[in-house]
Amino acid sequence: MTRLSFPACTVLALITCVLLALLWPPSPANANQPDDRFETVVSGLSVKNFKKKSIAVERLVSSGDPRTVPVLQAMLKGQLFYIKSGKRMVYGSATDDGYRVTTVVGGEVLGEMGKRAIKKVSVNNRIRKQLRSAIARLSLADPDPEVRLDAARELLRNLTPEAAELVRSAVVDEPRDKVRAVLETGLAILNLDSGDQAEQLAAIASLDGSLVPEARNRLSLLVEETDDETLRSAALASLKGIESTLRWNRTAETVFFGISLGSVLLLAAIGLSITFGVMGVINMAHGELIMLGAYTTYVVQLLMPNHIGLSVLVAIPAAFCVSGLFGIVIERGIIRFLYGRPLETLLATFGISLILQQLVRTIFSPLNRAVSTPPWMSGSLEINGALSLTYNRLYIIVFSLMAFLFLLVILKRTALGLQVRAVTQNRQMARAMGVRTGRVDALTFGLGSGIAGVAGVALSQLTNVGPNLGQTYIIDSFMVVVFGGVGNLWGTLVAAMSLGVANKLAEPWAGAVLAKILILVFIILFIQRRPRGLFPQKGRSAEH
Amino acid sequence: MQWFDLKSDRGGTIFLGLLTLVTLVVIVANQLIPAGSSLHLSTFTVTLLGKYLCYALLAIALDLVWGYCGILSLGHGAFFALGGYGMGMYLMRQIGDRGVYGNPLLPDFMVFLNWDKLPWFWHGFDHFWFAMLMVMLVPGGLAFTFGWLAFRSRVTGVYLSIMTQALTYALMLAFFRNEMGFGGNNGLTDFKDILGFSLQADSTRVVIFLASALALAGGYLLSRWVVRSKAGRVVVAVRDAEDRARFVGYKVESFKLAIFVLSAVLAGIAGALYVPQVGIINPGEFSPLNSIELAIWVALGGRGYLYGAVMGAVLVNYAKTYLTGAMPDAWLFALGGLFVVATLFLPKGVVGWFEGLSTRRKTEEVARG
Repeated sequence: MTRLSFPACTVLALITCVLLALLWPPSPANANQPDDRFETVVSGLSVKNFKKKSIAVERLVSSGDPRTVPVLQAMLKGQLFYIKSGKRMVYGSATDDGYRVTTVVGGEVLGEMGKRAIKKVSVNNRIRKQLRSAIARLSLADPDPEVRLDAARELLRNLTPEAAELVRSAVVDEPRDKVRAVLETGLAILNLDSGDQAEQLAAIASLDGSLVPEARNRLSLLVEETDDETLRSAALASLKGIESTLRWNRTAETVFFGISLGSVLLLAAIGLSITFGVMGVINMAHGELIMLGAYTTYVVQLLMPNHIGLSVLVAIPAAFCVSGLFGIVIERGIIRFLYGRPLETLLATFGISLILQQLVRTIFSPLNRAVSTPPWMSGSLEINGALSLTYNRLYIIVFSLMAFLFLLVILKRTALGLQVRAVTQNRQMARAMGVRTGRVDALTFGLGSGIAGVAGVALSQLTNVGPNLGQTYIIDSFMVVVFGGVGNLWGTLVAAMSLGVANKLAEPWAGAVLAKILILVFIILFIQRRPRGLFPQKGRSAEH
Repeated sequence: MQWFDLKSDRGGTIFLGLLTLVTLVVIVANQLIPAGSSLHLSTFTVTLLGKYLCYALLAIALDLVWGYCGILSLGHGAFFALGGYGMGMYLMRQIGDRGVYGNPLLPDFMVFLNWDKLPWFWHGFDHFWFAMLMVMLVPGGLAFTFGWLAFRSRVTGVYLSIMTQALTYALMLAFFRNEMGFGGNNGLTDFKDILGFSLQADSTRVVIFLASALALAGGYLLSRWVVRSKAGRVVVAVRDAEDRARFVGYKVESFKLAIFVLSAVLAGIAGALYVPQVGIINPGEFSPLNSIELAIWVALGGRGYLYGAVMGAVLVNYAKTYLTGAMPDAWLFALGGLFVVATLFLPKGVVGWFEGLSTRRKTEEVARG
């Protein structure tokens, strides 16, 4: 009975397929096909015979269902399984004992299954090849240009003769310039081997300045192998163009790294440029206020573990408040009694920094704490093949500039800012005019400390959050403020950026540590020449 | 002779007397009393006390520039460490072929880094006299260069403090590099003997202790002589009113430079005596924290009182030894608290506080008639 019915079933299924295919012509717009049809086609993959499997793949591909590509990809990666009882197709990801299983149709999570309950859909090399080209073909026809772009790039990485056909046909239909450019590069690379000199020369010319690694490899190969002098010199010229574009991009990347390091320095230093620059208080605990901000981020994430993306945004005001309050307490409790004795202030605040470090060590353990990066901050912005800017660095740059503007506005546009400037210029006179100097001092110090806390939130995304976080930044911060000119926010900005960029530019030939040493020595010497920094304060307030 | 004038310096006399007493007791208790006796002083304690004496000399050095000249150097640890490296290099050369690799020409770490010859700056350190000369010349030279640049361009106050801190930080980073040729991260260690005497022997330890005590006493007398000399008075004038001293016609820069260099040399000597006692010198000695900690010894003891600096160094370090052993977590709390308390409530240090008390008592006595 069963022997007779099996082929009958297959035939029936085939007929049904054909009929269904006629009823629902394969078009990407028509995504709402009933699951049972897709399911039938997908279940066809569970056959053992590779020839039949190949036919099943073909059938799946021609079904035109938008869910096809993930299935093929899973199959290629060996993550496609079927449940032995019932032949339901599932995706499986390996766990400690068994697999976590999700159905292909419907995406229903079935939980964990033992190794015995499911069976992998095996592939051989021929099917692997078939799968790759099918994935490429389907992706190149995808309505989403991003998917097409990825597919085109993938093709470039793997330019097989079959791929050549695909590239040739796809380049004609491609509406998007960006995707077509990638495909055309692929075409040019293929044409390098065409044997026709005119075509080859055109290809070489179009590859000039291309950032695709494959283009560079093929061109160098051509230079080595060809006997044709014209071709060789053209290829050499093109390679030179590629080299110079690469070099330019590398410099751009270094500058970007420099600016992002500069932003970190700026964040660490602007709080200090308020407390040290404007108020004249040497706050050695500044680094620890940054550290408190970083730990606040950690605590906020502990409190809202399900909203990591939001937690960083919540942490910013929280860190501002925590560090700001600590700052006010330090100012009211200790620094207030030491005005006019800067060296004593330095020592007292250093004592506070030690206490804060040990406090954190006692509460949170001396080990580094893990602060997670929200999803919207990971990944990178790709400018071209050789240059991509990571989002977290980009955000830090934007963020530090925002913090800078925030401070600038407060100092220049608010009543508090006016009072702060009045008190720093002439304390006695300001008091005589009715400014409550004590309150202004506390608030200014709180503001500077709060900004330090905000810097801590940013730093928690870049470095390890540990008790020594602050110490690593304190000397750099002071260098930035002193270099820029005390009491000058713009000076701090310029100093931070130029030191950051200089550091990164020096790194490739000097190494990270030596670059840092050179920068330090440079600042030490610079201060000897211009003791008041890049932008010294002018007028009477500069005298003291 | 001002050198031995003890009458006008009661605190100094007490300090020198105590130092002599302690030195004698240490020698007798360690060398003459047998190990089984309860009065016997272990070599470990001798070394610990020797370390305190080196710290005390370092504190005197800082007090010279800070207490008397108003220059708060937060980089004095650098001079101390440079002196230490000078001694360390000599001790390294004394190891000869007894190192792990048994190379008669090169120290172990150079063999490890595949260097084939001694770098030029290591030449001469086989000789004790040369090493000792360098112990003084290198910190002195650095202080001269730095001070000449800084004082001439009138970098003062907190700016100078921050610059000195950057200096020691840069040196720390530099010495951490293997390429510098000073053993990188691990520094110099595994010393065997000094001037032919084994460093492990109790007698050598006691002799180094004695040398430290002599250096401390000598450093104290020299510093006292300097601050009491006419030049010393100018230095104090510079501390109190730099502009006025300049207007009166003194070359303020030269006085500052001289006292700064002298201080650096003293710190270098302290470092050189420190290294054979602890048996290692590494870049950690350059860390800015060490230099700032040093400032608190002086602040707590009493700035402007040379023996106050000594007292502060010994007190804080004794507390450190005790607390880091007994309750490690409390040490940083205590040290941090010390910074705050000393600056808020004891602006002149413990010695200054006592002096204030006795002056007040005297005034009251005078008032009562």
